[in-house]
Amino acid sequence: MSDTQMRLTRVAAARWRLSMLLTAIMTVVYVGFILLIAFNKPLLATVLMPGLSLGILLGVLVIITAWALILVYVKWTNDHYDRAVADSQLARREGR
Amino acid sequence: MQTGEPNVVAMAGFAIFIGLSLVITWFAARRTRSTEHFYAAGRSISAIQNGLALAGDYMSAASFLGIAGLVALSGFDGLIYSIGFLVGWPVVMCLIAEPLRNLGKFTFSDVVAFRLRQEPVRVAAAAGSLAVVAFYLIAQMVGAGNLIRLLFGLSYETAVVIVGMVMLAYVLFGGMIATTWVQIVKAVLLLLGAFLLAMMVLMKFSFNPLALFAEASRLYGVGVLAPGRLVSDPVDAISLGLALMFGTAGLPHILMRFYTVPDARTARVSVAYATAAIGGFYLLTFILGFGAMVLVGQPAIRAVDAGGNMAAPLLAEVVGGQAFLGFIAAVAFATILAVVAGLTLAGAAALSHDIYVHVFRHSRATEKEQLLVARGATILLAVFSIVLGIAFKGQNVAYMVGLAFAIAASANFPALLLSMFWRPFTTRGAQMSILFGTAATLILIWLSPTIQMDLLGNKTAYFPYRNPGLFTIPLSFIVGIVTSLLAPETAATEGFARLEHQIHLGEEEPA
Repeated sequence: MSDTQMRLTRVAAARWRLSMLLTAIMTVVYVGFILLIAFNKPLLATVLMPGLSLGILLGVLVIITAWALILVYVKWTNDHYDRAVADSQLARREGR
Repeated sequence: MQTGEPNVVAMAGFAIFIGLSLVITWFAARRTRSTEHFYAAGRSISAIQNGLALAGDYMSAASFLGIAGLVALSGFDGLIYSIGFLVGWPVVMCLIAEPLRNLGKFTFSDVVAFRLRQEPVRVAAAAGSLAVVAFYLIAQMVGAGNLIRLLFGLSYETAVVIVGMVMLAYVLFGGMIATTWVQIVKAVLLLLGAFLLAMMVLMKFSFNPLALFAEASRLYGVGVLAPGRLVSDPVDAISLGLALMFGTAGLPHILMRFYTVPDARTARVSVAYATAAIGGFYLLTFILGFGAMVLVGQPAIRAVDAGGNMAAPLLAEVVGGQAFLGFIAAVAFATILAVVAGLTLAGAAALSHDIYVHVFRHSRATEKEQLLVARGATILLAVFSIVLGIAFKGQNVAYMVGLAFAIAASANFPALLLSMFWRPFTTRGAQMSILFGTAATLILIWLSPTIQMDLLGNKTAYFPYRNPGLFTIPLSFIVGIVTSLLAPETAATEGFARLEHQIHLGEEEPA
């Protein structure tokens, strides 16, 4: 197996771990939010300042978390994964 | 607001949208010469275009009018839905979008069948797709009929027929190119409409959303800022949450969009645009809901429609007068049309590309024949949706969207994921997982309080929960895994290396 191919395999494995990690974070954050709603309504009803309850703040934070995870993924894959793929494709064309 | 009274601006806006979209369709039709154009817009859609089109496919009238109404009548609880509809997108991004683009051609069945035996897998995957499309389509059609009756004063049947015919024109002649551009126009209109409306509301509160929420809690009690009755049973809440989260990654009309872009990188970036647009839209919807609660008032919203669906249009009338009401009504109509077109195209692809081409013709159909069958399937689905839309008149179909998401999460998502990432997966495993996921979801919903108590009027239900996802999603994975382990399939396991290669490089491994 050539160097570029090994690098692609490594980067692909890293991307898979990142995908699983980000999916797990999203699931935990979202399910945690639902569990809080289900089991601790009074806590979420806490009013932090006029017009802002803890529930609304956390809800908006869940949406922001989704955005943040997407950004992390796109940034990482654009920077690392795509380069490894491009190198590997180039190496194969030259090798032929 | 006089419901059922034709509004001149609404009619004009509606006519302009239909006219514009038919012009788009005419241009698209001239470019639609092959199945690659018909199903995948010639793979020429850019990241931002596909991002908007994904958002257009996803933001239905239900999420615009329904969630605004839910927030207006019950405050915080509406936020729970908005969030559920958004959190599926990181899952689509991380697990589905790129491999799907690199492995498949037109439908998600292409991916499941990649290294498995084509015919049995295609039949099962097409069944899963069609089940999702059918329930989603009926819900949209019934919603369209009711909404257009309220907004434009047309009869329910007329409205359903108009939606069916216009949508048929888009898909039949313009295929994916027309459908994509209709989605883009609709997404921009919807985002613009929601943004303008939210700004007009916030203007009255010196652009401070918290002042708006504070006013709402002063008028209706601080309870509107806290979780209410919507989530009463934790099991049901988690179950619904999981279906929304993983269902997005199993919706055929969403998955199909990833084939319209040139490569995996574009697919990835398009999800980022889509998530930004959808998340922003739901945050705006939240402002609109509270705006309607404060500026229109709950009694006035309930007086027009007990479900609260007219909250956003009523709000538009209060802050912007008849003209703005007309604009928002026209946007709502455009929204319905676009979503219905996307669903129909996905259904037609399952019928013609999966069933006809790969099962009946054993992949030997000519290009011309394939296009003909795809168009025939489109007409069939349009007639089907008009007939069922009329047949389900007056039914509460809110649970049907939930059902569509539950089937997508329990039938399509596990098979798709296992086929891409789990080496020992077999043909039989895929078949069983999809069929089990579909059947279990349908049966559990039939036995649930939603059907047994609310619809049939029985005193008890056989299954205590309204949302089956918590049970059916893991079980569907288990069925797929156990079936595969019981009878290994050498060819499928050997094909995994080829699949991995193509997932990353997007091209076939040289022989």
